[in-house]
Amino acid sequence: MPITEYKPLIVAFCCNWCSYAGADLAGNNRLQYPADVKIIRVPCSCRVNPTFILRAFQKGADGVIICGCHPGDCHYTSGNYYTRRRMTLLFSMLDFLGIERERTRLEWVSAAEGTKFAATMNDFVKTVASLGENKRLEDLRCKK
Amino acid sequence: MQKVTKDILISKAAGLLDSQTVTRVLGWKRGEFYDDVTPAVFHSREELENGFVFDDFCGANLSKYLIKETAKDDGKILVFLKPCDTYSFNQLLTERRFPRDKVYALGVGCEGMLDSRKIRAVSESVISVRDLGNSVEVETLYDGILTLDRQTLLPDRCQRCKSKKHVAFDELIATDGKILDSNRFDEVEKLEKMTADERYRFWQEQLSRCIRCNACRDVCPACTCEKCVFDNPDSGVANKACANEFEEKMFHIVRAFHVVGRCTDCGECSRVCPQNIPLHLLNRKFIKDINTFYGTYQAGETVGSRAPLVDYNPDDAEPSEVLTGGTHHV
Repeated sequence: MPITEYKPLIVAFCCNWCSYAGADLAGNNRLQYPADVKIIRVPCSCRVNPTFILRAFQKGADGVIICGCHPGDCHYTSGNYYTRRRMTLLFSMLDFLGIERERTRLEWVSAAEGTKFAATMNDFVKTVASLGENKRLEDLRCKK
Repeated sequence: MQKVTKDILISKAAGLLDSQTVTRVLGWKRGEFYDDVTPAVFHSREELENGFVFDDFCGANLSKYLIKETAKDDGKILVFLKPCDTYSFNQLLTERRFPRDKVYALGVGCEGMLDSRKIRAVSESVISVRDLGNSVEVETLYDGILTLDRQTLLPDRCQRCKSKKHVAFDELIATDGKILDSNRFDEVEKLEKMTADERYRFWQEQLSRCIRCNACRDVCPACTCEKCVFDNPDSGVANKACANEFEEKMFHIVRAFHVVGRCTDCGECSRVCPQNIPLHLLNRKFIKDINTFYGTYQAGETVGSRAPLVDYNPDDAEPSEVLTGGTHHV
């Protein structure tokens, strides 16, 4: 049986106004980033409920990244400021429970930053791949 | 300081009932055994004299019961509040969960309640417990009469009491205390110093004992949603999971996260846990983080204060700046 290369599963929550457009730009510019990243479009990074992140891990994601507009540039004025506080506390709690800190990340990517989007995803996939499979947060009943 | 006794409280409450200042009294009722005191509503002097109790096992925080009780009729209700309960009382008022004018809050002094688990660890056959000031006289069936040091029998939340000050009351019985410097984050700090693997093992061991009875949620004065995500059968999180799966952690992270900035650190979650899981450590971790990242904040200290998660500062730190454990920048 051939040994297949380990491919991490990454969930990226991208805000509709900046980061999703940034991903689009990366595509238009033919910038390479791994197909392991599954993008979920949300109206604002602030829409991301901590349960979404935990649920993604539960269902077998190896890393979760939340991308939003740069602070000060939120389409809804202040959504990303709330996201920042919320995610800081959530990531800190996951770390407190002994879950690898590198599996979660918050990045600001504007609609003009296709290059940054691709670079961020490349780096994140590399980091998560080096950690290996997510064992601590998975839930076998939720996996197919 | 005059010690608050059951008789003082009964005569006070009965007086207020007689003068029709209040129509009923929310207090604690004696149970079957020495330690199973439960919250109860009393309507008359007779009921109070028959069932009311105020002793070392009145740990239950009564403030959450006001939500349902104040909705029942138009009369005023008398409630007894220990210092830590007054913080929850204020927090519920901040969230407009009950009308303040329908409550007569009587602040009662507290020297710390006793932890029946710690008493049971000394003897399994306890019949009664008598307070002797700095020590406690425990009458047992098989081990005779024991005299124990009171400090050793206090639950964690009372050993690290954050405040003896009543932050809300209409009338106070016993002198008011002060906010204490209780070093209550030391357990959290101890865990933070461990490696990630040690922390994971610690929580795996603790949380895998969870039986998903939802007692921590039901008792929490900050958990007052009328509809709870964990009651939704379609959510897939309403059932008991296998012991070593992520389900328990999911539940406890979400439970603790939902009360971030609203948790007053009253410690009720740990008190009611039948499996003795130190759940308050999760809440304390959040409180400690808020204090570190966004400035010291005590929920319930004042009515109307803005919780840290519904507030922001454009200069807040990024998670990658404040959290250690490998940060990667592009």
